[in-house]
Amino acid sequence: MAYDYEKSIRPGKLPHIWCPGCGHGIVMKGLIRAMDTCGLEKNNTAIVSGIGCASRLPGYMDFNTLHTAHGRAAAFATGIKMVKPEMTVICCGGDGDGTAIGGNHFIHACRRNIDMTYVIMNNYIYGMTGGQFSPCTPTGMKASTTPYGNPDPIFDISKLAIGAGATFVARTTSFHATQIDKLIAEGIKHKGMSVIEVLDDCPTSYGRRNKFRSVVDMMKRLKEVAVPVAAAAKMTDEQLEGKVLTGVLFKEERAEYTDQYAKLIARVQGA
Amino acid sequence: MKRTLLTGNGAAAWGARLAGVEYLPAFPITPQTEIIETIARWIDFGEMDCRMVTLDSEHSMITAAGAAAVTGVRVFTATSSQGLLYGMEMLYTVAGWRAPFVLVNVSRGLASPITLEPDHNDILAARDSGFLQLHCATCQEVLDCILLAYRLAEDERVRLPVIVNLDGFYLSFTREPVEIPDAESVARFLPPFDPENLGFRAGAPLSEAVAVIGGTPYSYFRYQSHLAALNAVDVFAENAAAFAQAFGRTYQAVEAYHCDDAELVFVMMGSFATKAKEAVDRLREAGEAVGLLRPVLLRPFPAADFRRALSGKKGVIVVDQNLSMGKGGVLHTELASALYGYPGTTPVLVSFIGGLGGRDISAEEFYEMHAVTRQAVSEKRAPAPRLLYTEVELREMKKIQAIARVQGLKEQQT
Repeated sequence: MAYDYEKSIRPGKLPHIWCPGCGHGIVMKGLIRAMDTCGLEKNNTAIVSGIGCASRLPGYMDFNTLHTAHGRAAAFATGIKMVKPEMTVICCGGDGDGTAIGGNHFIHACRRNIDMTYVIMNNYIYGMTGGQFSPCTPTGMKASTTPYGNPDPIFDISKLAIGAGATFVARTTSFHATQIDKLIAEGIKHKGMSVIEVLDDCPTSYGRRNKFRSVVDMMKRLKEVAVPVAAAAKMTDEQLEGKVLTGVLFKEERAEYTDQYAKLIARVQGA
Repeated sequence: MKRTLLTGNGAAAWGARLAGVEYLPAFPITPQTEIIETIARWIDFGEMDCRMVTLDSEHSMITAAGAAAVTGVRVFTATSSQGLLYGMEMLYTVAGWRAPFVLVNVSRGLASPITLEPDHNDILAARDSGFLQLHCATCQEVLDCILLAYRLAEDERVRLPVIVNLDGFYLSFTREPVEIPDAESVARFLPPFDPENLGFRAGAPLSEAVAVIGGTPYSYFRYQSHLAALNAVDVFAENAAAFAQAFGRTYQAVEAYHCDDAELVFVMMGSFATKAKEAVDRLREAGEAVGLLRPVLLRPFPAADFRRALSGKKGVIVVDQNLSMGKGGVLHTELASALYGYPGTTPVLVSFIGGLGGRDISAEEFYEMHAVTRQAVSEKRAPAPRLLYTEVELREMKKIQAIARVQGLKEQQT
């Protein structure tokens, strides 16, 4: 029987804004399946986003949803989680939103290890405004503002999250559709800051400018560059050149922020 | 000189190009992005010798612009709406540095709710920052005002940054015929930036500052900026005269349209004022003595110009494309304070709010505003401020809300 996505979405908000070939829809379906697996209840779940193509995702989802300001998803989500720690809080957004204008909020949410799940759709570009380079546009690749190729080094979002203190960090791609929901579900179940980076190419603003002939080519590339962590352990540095590790990249148990905060209140009040 | 079709964004890019800007810190935002993309392309083609960096936010962008300007180079940047507000802290900071550069703002209504279309709450939030403000009504004005803005910003009597404002969509994406002056004429009007005492010279400092100061020196420096801003009224007039001589186009701090013999006068700013112009023409055909005043210069506020132009008028119809919650229209407030207490300038001021989030203002609404004001003049009493909103729109809103409620009920049942 076909999976019932409709119970989780707002049909009145469709059609969505995403271009043909965009991976955001694949991620959204993965998110729906993951939330279903975790048995998340509508009234006890908040999905928060910033601004951009990926940040339009919550609008289609039939949960408590907040479409906020550019880069601010993690800050809004922190506010919700602090006063409603029983709520499941999910952030979603793109690479520009999360790591450029919102980079500060992102790393500090990781540092606090506050219990939320941040699904960051990395399409290496500012898609909505027409393809300006982001902190994730690979060096040498073209964007509307880097016609000779991007001179900047990039952020590795997963490494950034691990370095900043997130306690569950995983990566996959929009080609690996079934892995998306598994990793997000694991992230939701994990107590602490979970970051799931999904590489999902933007055919309109990135692909065309960088001579990808079709969405299929872009998908094939995602398939080819992805190497599961376990497989990578058996490969040489040479073999791993240009590859992207997928799967659970980092996981540890560490005190969660709202728990610690509740304990602090209890201690100070002499309970 | 050549005449071509340009969008407001294209005209803004041409203004920056002709001004010979040396540095452009950038960050994309709708509806501004076309400006930075156009300039990026010119730099790519080798048509423009300028350094451009896309920064990580508008906050960083305005910081970089101010810092670069005080090293003595000509700097340009552009943003819109949420971006301008995100950089607000730095607007105050770099204006306090007296960093002379030009920032183009493409007006767009502010969140929440989110819109992409224009009103002036964004630019008016920067009203008290120390930036001077020029407001454009046509694509030609966008190009010209950028050239005027550099001369104004860099003048030693002023030395303040300037925002040139154009309305999103209505100007940013609308093509109009624009005369692009040739580079030689522009270079004569606007020679390369002579930073004089501005610049980084640790070996020969002019003064040494302290990190944090008390109220006495603070008040002094803040008031110095205010006085410098006031100087800009006369400097703008001088520059506009030079501009008219060089390019044949005349600008005034307050543009007057059929005002001399008018009894009632519309006051509006930005591109929507062109709709008022059209309405003035129609009303005049119907025999009404009506005119229009449009401030091009909003900071400094050209109070004396308004007082002169409105002296002896019976009524003023102020149409604000902004809304100060709990007060009303900002332009109405500004105008009232400029006119109050001056002999001979006591027309009835009638306030309307319209065009929020790009909502159109129709010809019929201009006629209605005119009729309401004529009535107010005869009764010698201004009516309460009013939002331009039709019954059809209200019905449509109620319908949408009814649908939303039905969905809400369904959710509760399941």
